[in-house]
Amino acid sequence: MMQDHIVLKDVHKSFGPKHVLRGLSVTVKKGRSLVVIGGSGTGKSVMLKCILGIIRPDSGEISVGGENCIGLRGRERDAFLSRFGMLFQGAALFDSLSVWENIAFGLTHGNKMGRALPRAKAKDIAMEKLAQVGLTPDVGALYPAELSGGMQKRVGLARAIAADPEIIFFDEPTTGLDPIMADVINNLIVDCVKRLGATTISITHDMASARKIADDIAMIHKGQIIWQGEANKVNTSGNAYVDQFIHGRAEGPIQMDVLKA
Amino acid sequence: MNPLASIGQMALGVMAETGRIALFARDALLQGLTPRYYLSQIALQFFRIGYTSLPVVALTAFFTGGALALQIYLGSSRFNAESLVASIVALGITRELGPVLAGLMVSGRVGAAIAAELGTMRVTEQIDALVTLSTNPQKYLVGPRLLAAVISLPLLVAIGDTIGIMGGYIVGTRSLGFNEYAYIKNTADFLEMSDVTSGLIKAAVFGFIIALMGCYHGFHSKGGAQGVGRATTNAVVSSAILILAANFLLTSLLFGD
Repeated sequence: MMQDHIVLKDVHKSFGPKHVLRGLSVTVKKGRSLVVIGGSGTGKSVMLKCILGIIRPDSGEISVGGENCIGLRGRERDAFLSRFGMLFQGAALFDSLSVWENIAFGLTHGNKMGRALPRAKAKDIAMEKLAQVGLTPDVGALYPAELSGGMQKRVGLARAIAADPEIIFFDEPTTGLDPIMADVINNLIVDCVKRLGATTISITHDMASARKIADDIAMIHKGQIIWQGEANKVNTSGNAYVDQFIHGRAEGPIQMDVLKA
Repeated sequence: MNPLASIGQMALGVMAETGRIALFARDALLQGLTPRYYLSQIALQFFRIGYTSLPVVALTAFFTGGALALQIYLGSSRFNAESLVASIVALGITRELGPVLAGLMVSGRVGAAIAAELGTMRVTEQIDALVTLSTNPQKYLVGPRLLAAVISLPLLVAIGDTIGIMGGYIVGTRSLGFNEYAYIKNTADFLEMSDVTSGLIKAAVFGFIIALMGCYHGFHSKGGAQGVGRATTNAVVSSAILILAANFLLTSLLFGD
């Protein structure tokens, strides 16, 4: 019934001598929320950047909606990117623009054919999204530097969903937030994604967040997906790596290269 | 360590970097010259790169013109050629010192600011965020800066030339005892259009170098505050060296035959 939306097949990527992705394969069904868990430096962010075309993989296939998306250029790439929204780890708000201009950025600047909206219209949409993430209209006129970390994340979320994308990426959405704010963000993510019916990939090492926002969970280790399954199966995966990670044990098959890190 | 190997490594590094900069410049031109154009960004960069550099360039030109008049007077008086002061000041300023000094001053001011701004945007993922908002960072960030610098620099230098010659005039007439009318007549008689335009062509090239180096090093900075600092230093040092090298090349191209 559900079709494959994002498919990565045997993707490899090295940076110099560092082999980051080593044959990574993963599939996300349309409308599902996949959470990729895994330690720092295992290639989670690189995976997202490969899909977006910010980093070009050395080999392997990536397709979105059945269409290959490696090496797109010009208009095709603009059209492709207009299907995405992304919430960055540090929110990555443009600090020279006010909050509402940040949220409206993709609407007023994006090179989406026929979709560059006039400012007034874009502002209306921005204010609507601002309300959706639980911020009052007066925040719209502030600048990112005047906001707390949690508020920046909310604005980042509003910016990611502003153009109603069909795919949203969340890069460590709760990192650096207190547990309560983290849960608020989790709820907002679940809420916004449901409303849009978007397909999402989130990367995190916060298990509470993963359990809350995931339909499916995949575990990445040394540049490969070593386990994938429905979120409620993660406790009974029978995979020693997954068990070690979700219980946060120092002992187990995953050895931290403390000195090399 | 083998000393030859380290020399070779350095040479290879310089070659690779040159290639990367050339590719970056090609992309920047390709993207910057094709729509879509971000007019508000272009206007903002004209203000930042051109307008706000005016005081620095004006002061530099004024004092250089003054010092030049003094030096040439002292030198030329050794063989009774004081009458050359006005024309040599005008030639020196328009052909060499105007563009080169303005270029160096602006590279310190603007090149550093561009590298620091874009470098910070890089390390805080703001440049990646632009991509996810289907905005090409080359078009949005690099294009407007290149355009503003290439057009602003000649304008700044044209103003600087005037102020530099005025600096020479003030020193010449107030402290060296030249007749005011004669000084201006000497300047105007000997100065040719090509002296001025060659300086303005140089300025446009220097503007390109400054913006390109600032953008390139900013775009490729990594690793937080230290990385941004390094990018800023590299942008200023490399653009200063390239300006001096390009000045030599352009001088031999424009005047040599």
